[in-house]
This record gives sequence, C-alpha cells and structure tokens, in this order.
Amino acid sequence: MNNTLSPADEREAAEIVRAAQAPFDIVGGATRPGLGRPRQGDPLSSAKLTGIVFHEPAEMTLRARAGTPLAEVEASLAKAGQMLPFEPLDPRALFASSGEPTVGGLVATAIPGPRRVSAGAVRDNVLGVRLVNGRGEIVSAGGRVMKNVTGLDLVKLMCGAQGTLGLITEATFKLLPAPPAEATVVIRRLDDARAVEAMARALSSPHGVSGAATIHAGMGREFPRTLLRVEGFPESVTYRAERLIALLADFGAKHALEGEDSKRIWRSIRDGAFLAEPRERAVWRASLKPSDAPAALAALGETARAALMDHGGGCLWFSTDPTPAAATAVRAALGRLNGHVHLIRAPEDLRAHADVFPPLSQALARLTRGVKASFDPEGRFNPGRMYAEI
Amino acid sequence: MSQIAFPTPDPAILARADAIRTALRALLPRECVVTDEAGRRAFETDALTAYRRLPLAVILPRTTEEVATALRFCREQGVNIVPRGAGTSLAGGAVPQEDAIVIGLSKMNRVLEINYADRYARVEAGVTNLAISEAVGEKGFFYAPDPSSQLACTIGGNIAMNSGGAHCLKYGVTSNNLMGVRLVMFDGDILDLGGPALDADGLDFLGLVCGGEGQLGIVTEAYVRILPLAEGARPVLFGFDSAEDASRCVAAVIGAGIVPVAMEYMDRLAIEITENFAHAGYPLDVEAMLIIESEGSAPEIEAEQKRILDIARAHNVRVVKESMSAMESAQIWKGRKSAFGATGRIADYICMDGTVPTGQLPEALRRVAKICADEGLRVANVFHAGDGNMHPLILYNMNDPAEQEKAERAGARVLEMSVELGGCLTGEHGVGVEKRDLMSKQYTPQELAQQKSVRAVFDPDGRFNPAKVFPLTGRAA
Ligand SMILES: Cc1cc2nc3c(=O)[nH]c(=O)nc-3n(C[C@H](O)[C@H](O)[C@H](O)COP(=O)(O)OP(=O)(O)OC[C@H]3O[C@@H](n4cnc5c(N)ncnc54)[C@H](O)[C@@H]3O)c2cc1C
Repeated sequence: MNNTLSPADEREAAEIVRAAQAPFDIVGGATRPGLGRPRQGDPLSSAKLTGIVFHEPAEMTLRARAGTPLAEVEASLAKAGQMLPFEPLDPRALFASSGEPTVGGLVATAIPGPRRVSAGAVRDNVLGVRLVNGRGEIVSAGGRVMKNVTGLDLVKLMCGAQGTLGLITEATFKLLPAPPAEATVVIRRLDDARAVEAMARALSSPHGVSGAATIHAGMGREFPRTLLRVEGFPESVTYRAERLIALLADFGAKHALEGEDSKRIWRSIRDGAFLAEPRERAVWRASLKPSDAPAALAALGETARAALMDHGGGCLWFSTDPTPAAATAVRAALGRLNGHVHLIRAPEDLRAHADVFPPLSQALARLTRGVKASFDPEGRFNPGRMYAEI
Repeated sequence: MSQIAFPTPDPAILARADAIRTALRALLPRECVVTDEAGRRAFETDALTAYRRLPLAVILPRTTEEVATALRFCREQGVNIVPRGAGTSLAGGAVPQEDAIVIGLSKMNRVLEINYADRYARVEAGVTNLAISEAVGEKGFFYAPDPSSQLACTIGGNIAMNSGGAHCLKYGVTSNNLMGVRLVMFDGDILDLGGPALDADGLDFLGLVCGGEGQLGIVTEAYVRILPLAEGARPVLFGFDSAEDASRCVAAVIGAGIVPVAMEYMDRLAIEITENFAHAGYPLDVEAMLIIESEGSAPEIEAEQKRILDIARAHNVRVVKESMSAMESAQIWKGRKSAFGATGRIADYICMDGTVPTGQLPEALRRVAKICADEGLRVANVFHAGDGNMHPLILYNMNDPAEQEKAERAGARVLEMSVELGGCLTGEHGVGVEKRDLMSKQYTPQELAQQKSVRAVFDPDGRFNPAKVFPLTGRAA
C-alpha cells in the first residue's frame, strides 16, 4: 500500500494495468477518502494525467484528462462565462480533506447537485469518457458531440461506477452558459409536508426553477427554510422571482436572496456542508419519490438528526450515529419507500460492515457481476468499493 | 441489389416454422399471434423501406407477463427476437428476418399513472410519444423529447433508440427524461430499473438500456419525466444567402451564452420541398434558413430574440420573419416536422444522421454537397443545428439498383466524414442494420468487443435484434 503508481499518460496507464498482478486503488485528488466501502489495493494515481484537452465555448464542450483539478476546469469555464451544468459537489467540507477534487473523481462518484432538477445529473452531462479497462485496453466511449447514440452507451456506466470498471483517463463535458444573475425565494417555517408541496408547486410552474431545497431548523437558523432558485439574465430573474413569490404567497413567500447570498446557500446545500459537523456522525444521501420525503423523514424519526431535502424532496441528506444499529434503521425506514440510500460518510468499520450502496436484488447482482467482469475480469479496479466481493 | 448483408436464416428454424407457429397459437391468445402471410407482411420492414424480410411470426402481447411467456418460448425454441414499436426506425432497427419472431408492443398503449406532484408519468411501452404530452397537456405539462415522428413512434422505440427531437437542445434527449423501465430479460425474468425517484445508485443499467437498440431486453413500461410547459414560445425564421453565414450564426448564438429551446437548419432544397407541402410561410429565395425558438414570458422572449437578432444581423441575415400568432408558430413547426414526409413524396431518400461538432458545420455542409454531387445525387439538408446533428436527405430512386448503390455509397461517405470531423455516425436514429458495418470507422476492435461483452451480459445467446448494431465480420453468419 505504499508505492503509488502514477502513469504519465494513458498508454503508460494501460501498460501498468496489463502488467499488474494485484488490484489497484484508484486515487484522484484524494478529496473523498471515505466514500464507498473501504479501500484496498495498490494506489494508482491520476496525478500526472492532467490538462484541459480542449474547451470550445461556442460548442459548449470541454474535455480534460482525469487528474485535472476541477479548479482548473472551472477557471477556464469562468473566462468564457460557462459552467458545468450539474453543480459538482466539493467534497472537502464533508470529508475535511485538502487537495483538489479532480475530473476523474467527479465522474466516478457522480453525485448530482441541486441543479439536477433542471440540468440533469452528472451522467446527463458527460458526453464522452476514455478509460483503461481491466485488460489494459484503452476504450473510448461516447465522444465530444451533444448527440450521439452510436453503440451501447458505456459513458453512463462509467458515471457513478466508483472506478470499479476502469481507470478513467479523460472526460468530455457538456456545458451551459453561467447565468449572469440568480435569485432565491425563501419561505420560512414550513413543516416537511408543506415544504414538499411548496417545492412541487414551484417545480411545476413555468418559471424554470433550478433549485428547490428545504433546510431543517437547527442548521444555520432556528427555523426551517424552503429555498427556490431561478437563474438567467437579470430582467428574467427579477420577473420570475416575483412570479414565484406571488405563486407561493399562501405558503408565506415574501422575499428573495440575490447574488452572492443566493450563491452561498446553494454551495452549502450542494456540498452537504450543513452536515459536516459534528465530524464523527455518519452522513447519508437518499434519492426517492419527492412526495414520499415527509413520510421518510417521519420514519427515520430520531435516528436522523440534521436533515435537508433537495430536488424538491427527491433527495434527502441526513446524519445519524455512526453505528450498525442506526444503519439498519435507516435501510429499514427508507427501504419501505423504495428509497435509494447511499452512505456518503462514515468511519471505516461501519463502511466495512454496513451496506454503503443499496443492497442488490439477485437479478441486479447478476448484471452487476457480469458487467464488472466484462470490463475487469481479474477484478483489478477498486475491488469491493461498491459491493463486497464485486 | 441491396448492399447490406443479412445473415442466412437458420435452416433448422425455417424447417420447423410451421410447428413453431402452431405452438405459438396454442401458447398465447388468438388475438396476440399473427401467423398468416398477409398479416406478417405488415411487419416486414420499418422506415428503412429498401430492406424487407418476412418474419417467422408476430406476437402482439397485451401484458408484461405475455411478453415474458413469449420470450421464454423463443428461448426454448432458439428463435431470434425483433422487438418492435411503431416501425418508424430509419436505421432498420425493426427490420426482421425469416427466422425471427417480431414482438410488437402496439397493444400495450396505455398511460398507467400520471403523478403531477412528483412530475412523472408511468406508461406502457407501446404508447406513442405524442400521447404522453397529450395526456398531461391539460394540466400544463409535456413530455420533452419530440422526434418528428412523434405522432406514430412509441416510447419503447424512443427508449431503444434514445431518440431526440428539435427541442432537445434545451430539454435533452430520451435518456435525460427517462426515470425507469420495466424490462423483460432474455429468460423471461422481469426486472425494474429506476422508478419514480430521479436517481438510483449502483451501475447505471437504465442508461445502458436507453439507446440499447432493443438488444438488452424488451421494455414493457416506463417512468418518464413530465415538465411544465413554458409560459409561451415563439419561433423566428432567419434566411441567409449562404450556408456559411447560417452555421456561423448558430455558433455565435451559443457562444453568446444563449441556449434557445430549438435551432433548426434547412437548406434551399429542403425549404422548397417542405413549403410546397406544408405552406408554412418559409422564405423561398434564401440558401439557408434557421428556425430559432425562444421560450418564456412575453418580455423574456422579446429580450432573447433581440439578442439573437443582433447576432443574426452580424452574420448577414437577409430575411427575418417572426411568427405573429400561435397558428403561425404551429405552421412553422408543422413544416419542419413534415420535412421527411414531404421529401418522401417527391423521391425515395435515405436520411443520414451523423453529428459533427458545431464548429465544423460549414465544412461538413460543404463536404456533404460535394459527396452527393460526385454521385450525381440531390441532397436536402434539414437538421438540429444547435447540437450539430445533421440530417442530409439523399434523394434517389429505389427502383434503380445502380442509383440505390450510389445513394448508399454517398451516405456511407457522409457518415465517415462525420467521424473524421470529430463527430459520430448517428446522433438520434441509431445504428440498426443501416450503419452496422460502419461501426468500425468509429470504434476500435477492442471498443466494439467491450460493448459486445456488456451486451452479452444481458443477452447471452444474442437473440435480441441479431445482426444489428455490431459489424457482421468476425461472427458466425
Ligand atoms: C418521418 C420520420 C421522422 C423521424 N424523426 C425523428 C426525430 O426527429 N428524432 C429521432 O430521434 N428519430 C426520428 N425518427 C426515427 C424513429 O421515429 C425513432 O427511432 C423512433 O424512436 C422509433 O420508434 P418506433 O416505435 O417506431 O420503434 P421501431 O421502429 O418499431 O423500433 C426501433 C428500435 O427499437 C426497438 N424497440 C422498439 N420497441 C421496443 C421495446 N419496447 N423494447 C425494446 N426494444 C424496442 C426495435 O427492435 C428497433 O431496434 C423519425 C422517423 C421517421 C419515419
């Protein structure tokens, strides 16, 4: 577990994999050390696979090598007034890590941000991926164009596979113009059921809501806050914020945050920053039918303390005691509602014994094993990261 | 003579054809099984009409369980399967073979559940694309991907092909609007992928099935996102004297941070053909036309269109025609959406579907014109300019074998060009049989092997849509 391998380019990465006798632990910026089941294998780093290959503002596309720091990508995008549509999570708050999140880590972990509701998830905005599979072959999937249905869509598979299918060496993203203005309508003191109703009404409006979240009391304020974001050109943002306030007047909508105030709160929601402290607590993220969110929170009861609803209720963030009993309670409470629960942060022993990802049905386990074997027959990459023995 | 090779039908299956048909009639209700020749004839091709093969039998199940029964039967008998929606595939995706059974989803055409609070609809796979938008329209919602064939094509076919449409620039293609499917696997097992939640953890099998061209299993139900309709929308027609100006205008609009809901391109021939048919009010004296649609409230539309107009002026726009009423807007879109149909009335055509990086559009249009001129064929261009998804319609006469060969050769060269310019073979119509043998232009042997081995996890016997998507070379014919 000591001598990190750090290939200088894709070809060398492929050679290393071909020559390998033992499994690898793929390392990007090491900013999400506690994500997934415990790490095993020899570190294989993307640190030298860096650089933006191209950024074509008029095509709204950018390609970068896997080890490229996200900050470098964002700097290039800022110059052209563009952004990654899916609001990539900055994991450093949650994991108390330093270093730089990388392009590869972002694609492999694929946690969608608040703009999921309007701009899609990570998988919706990755146009192409290059990877080295477990046979040491270089495989290009997708490409650089916005529309591409040529062959099986292996790009989707790579997004969120936690590096278990191959070493990502390069990714191409779809971009959006960065909105010149934004505003966030704030409604105070709604209970969970009313909050989900208000968010649903906003998301069903024609006003292009690009964020709909509710932060429970005790996270920054002594009362719950429901937040609804609109983005775009200034005149349009002002108009739509006013419309939303009128639409939600019966929920008590009165005012909107603007500019940096709006940006700051969505950054915190995106990063799960409200849950970062206390450090020892386990942090979970669940995806479920939005209208089930109040029942889910009720079922979790005292098990979950701090909680926030994003995606109009379709995404819950919460923290629990870092214990197997709490983990069992979480899966029981949300399993009944068909929620997809992901243990984002926990001490290593809990991640070794509790399910980090939702447990697989027999049919899904067969497919997961099969696909893993088709990319990585010898089990070279991130063994057991998602599921024990896969 | 047709250029695309079909494998020789399995003589053992052909020898048992009558027995298989008799067994099928015993297995499934009468109304679900088509075995007479006239009935089967209706399923011998799709929108790639140059290729026809009479299937062994056709099954039209009414339930997921009947699909499962059918698939178990096919597995026992070792018979190939061709799933089918409405048969509008332009890539020959639904073209059957003499030793294959077509499983058509047309009887499964119900909208099962509409959930406005959670913004999804659960539908059967045979429901048409437009029927979903119609079902939710009264409450101010719609289903976003809008292929021009939306009146006829099914959501199951859309999922298999990951179809797009004019409004995908803003709203994305099928995969971006699909939340879940019920999939019947090769062995008749029924598997749910995704569902009413926006995201599922684990490997993204839903993303694989979408665009899997029916080779991973049969989709019988789907959860799709429904979105709120914009307050209003208005298309504007921009006419240019050169293709160059029009395509540079597209790049400049996007470069300026504007993503209109649609940006469609038509060249002179496409305009002429469509205008004669649809009377949409298109300008007839320009070389190229863009339909650019903006959405939102009246002042928002106004503001966006002013920005676009300034850019168009800088690119020598000569004709600007705003839609003045909802009826005019509908007419403009009707014209665009009937472009293929209108072309089909004056000639046979093959429709290419390669995507190029938008910066390469001027070069791509030049090369398409040259390639078709070299073969002495006419070409009409009508396509989704905002995302570089080209649709050259190459006109020919199907009854002239030499001309068909020329058309197919030109088509292949156009697609090779798309790949050379950094794009891909198909942006939304799929590979099917049509582009199968060109796959090695875009992918290395290892890449194709990787895709095939993933496919084999879902369909180990290779029974679903065999001889499609992947080149025939290197496998037993
Ligand atoms: C005039 C015209 C205009 C068109 N415009 C567009 C356009 O704008 N954008 C676009 O993307 N496409 C367009 N198309 C192409 C075509 O309509 C799409 O590919 C459509 O999705 C096919 O749907 P279908 O129901 O007709 O499927 P079919 O043609 O019946 O089948 C298509 C493929 O899907 C498979 N399949 C069908 N149903 C299922 C199922 N339930 N489970 C698994 N596999 C299944 C079939 O085996 C086949 O491979 C157009 C076609 C025409 C004729």
